[in-house]
Amino acid sequence: MPHPVAPAAAVHAAVAGAHRREWALVLATVARLTGDLDLAEECVQDAYGKALTVWAADGIPANPAAWLTTTARRLALDQLRRSATLKRKLPLLTGPDARDEPNADVGAWPDDRLRLVFTCCHPALGVEAQVALTLRLLCGLTTAEVARGLLVSEATMAARITRAKKKITAAGIPYRIPCRADLPQRVDAVCHVVYLLYTAGHTAAIGTDLTRPDLTERALDLARMLRLLLPGDTNVAGLLALILLSDARSTTRTDRHGQLQLLADQDRSRWDRAAITEGAALVREALRTRPPGRYALQAAIAAVHAESPSFADTDWMEIVALYDLITVRWPSPVIALNRAVAIGFAHGPAAGLAALDALAAAPQLAQYPYLAAARADFHRRLGHHDDARLAYQEALVLTDNQTERDYLTARMRALP
Amino acid sequence: MGQYLVLIYEDEAGWQAGGPAAEAGHAAHQAFGEKYREALQGGQALQPTSTATSIRDGVVSDGPFVETKEVLGGYYLIEAADLDAALAIAKEVPAPFGGVEVRPVMNPA
Repeated sequence: MPHPVAPAAAVHAAVAGAHRREWALVLATVARLTGDLDLAEECVQDAYGKALTVWAADGIPANPAAWLTTTARRLALDQLRRSATLKRKLPLLTGPDARDEPNADVGAWPDDRLRLVFTCCHPALGVEAQVALTLRLLCGLTTAEVARGLLVSEATMAARITRAKKKITAAGIPYRIPCRADLPQRVDAVCHVVYLLYTAGHTAAIGTDLTRPDLTERALDLARMLRLLLPGDTNVAGLLALILLSDARSTTRTDRHGQLQLLADQDRSRWDRAAITEGAALVREALRTRPPGRYALQAAIAAVHAESPSFADTDWMEIVALYDLITVRWPSPVIALNRAVAIGFAHGPAAGLAALDALAAAPQLAQYPYLAAARADFHRRLGHHDDARLAYQEALVLTDNQTERDYLTARMRALP
Repeated sequence: MGQYLVLIYEDEAGWQAGGPAAEAGHAAHQAFGEKYREALQGGQALQPTSTATSIRDGVVSDGPFVETKEVLGGYYLIEAADLDAALAIAKEVPAPFGGVEVRPVMNPA
């Protein structure tokens, strides 16, 4: 038996690292070379498997992505040769060929990962399918992991992914960068998918943990990748800023016992300063576009919080003004609710309550626990204990997240 | 290259009302047909659903297959490199009283 060149732990770490960092690049390249997404996926998976044994015997390659790409490509070519007659009848991915025009927005030689991004987030696919494909193909999660992350059964997720891949082939969803005219809209769709992933991880819909760091970390990885691939896009800059600035505060959202900590009570010395600095610089860059994009404005709000030395020093007037800007172009009940809460801090709980009452009729908020929770808090601060108790009860009926339920119950019990 | 059927679903009342909106719609179809002469492999407008006859399980009956406000009023068969190219053409199909659905045609194996 040959003596292993690299220790098993180092090989495992190298393969796991390459999976996390290089999966999208390897799969995107092999998919272009073979013109077959399913075959590429299977062979890339096998290449990662081979890496475990080969790297242990021969050492970890200097460029793991290149090794994995070459290996997966060779596996794919073998398969294509073996089933040459069968394969010729199967439709291949359209797009990855010389018809690709140089596109000034993404550089003359577009990174293959961008093709994969735009294919996964094509508007002809439903948003749920886009999110699932992004996790499966861009992040390299298994179907079981995707199902767990998005809180659906593995069978449902497997069916959803299969359906989406079939549509890519049957409808001819291309494997290439959209034309210049379509690009802004298409980048928006990609940002939306990453944003959905982040918010799904930021507060888990059900369960005992407040957050799902597996999803938020993937969203951050994806936003960083988009930033690398589309450096001139201010929407992408805004999205990355928003995720960095929200994530910088994630460790203090619960205490040592997993209890919810509100912004007012969080230990700001534990916030991730490096992420805040990076996020704040991106916000400034993203805000240079006129009119500023939605993610840039939301990130600017996050930056006001992140850069404020204490809760008492928060510039609530600035936050209300930023929500006003968002409301003009993207009015939504949830944004209106956040704005009302900011008004409550800028102008006092009575003003906040008045702003909340104006939203009571919005049907989209009827099942939204944060409206009742915000009303409860304003009533509590005004000394309306009975109204506060009723509102806490209403919020409890509407939330299934155990951490949030514990918090609301404790607040309600603390009322005199 | 693939074939795509662009199905035009509209509120028939719009066309039946006639007037400048319907006239502009007819002119727009004319212009569309000339602009995409090369990609177009076929296309027709249909008579209104009041002329439709349905057959289900061998039983013939009066009326369209399903009663909806927006009905199939016509179609274009186009050839395009991929879905994005097909959508770029389909976006220009005039449908002033509704919208269009793009369906890839199943190719014989």
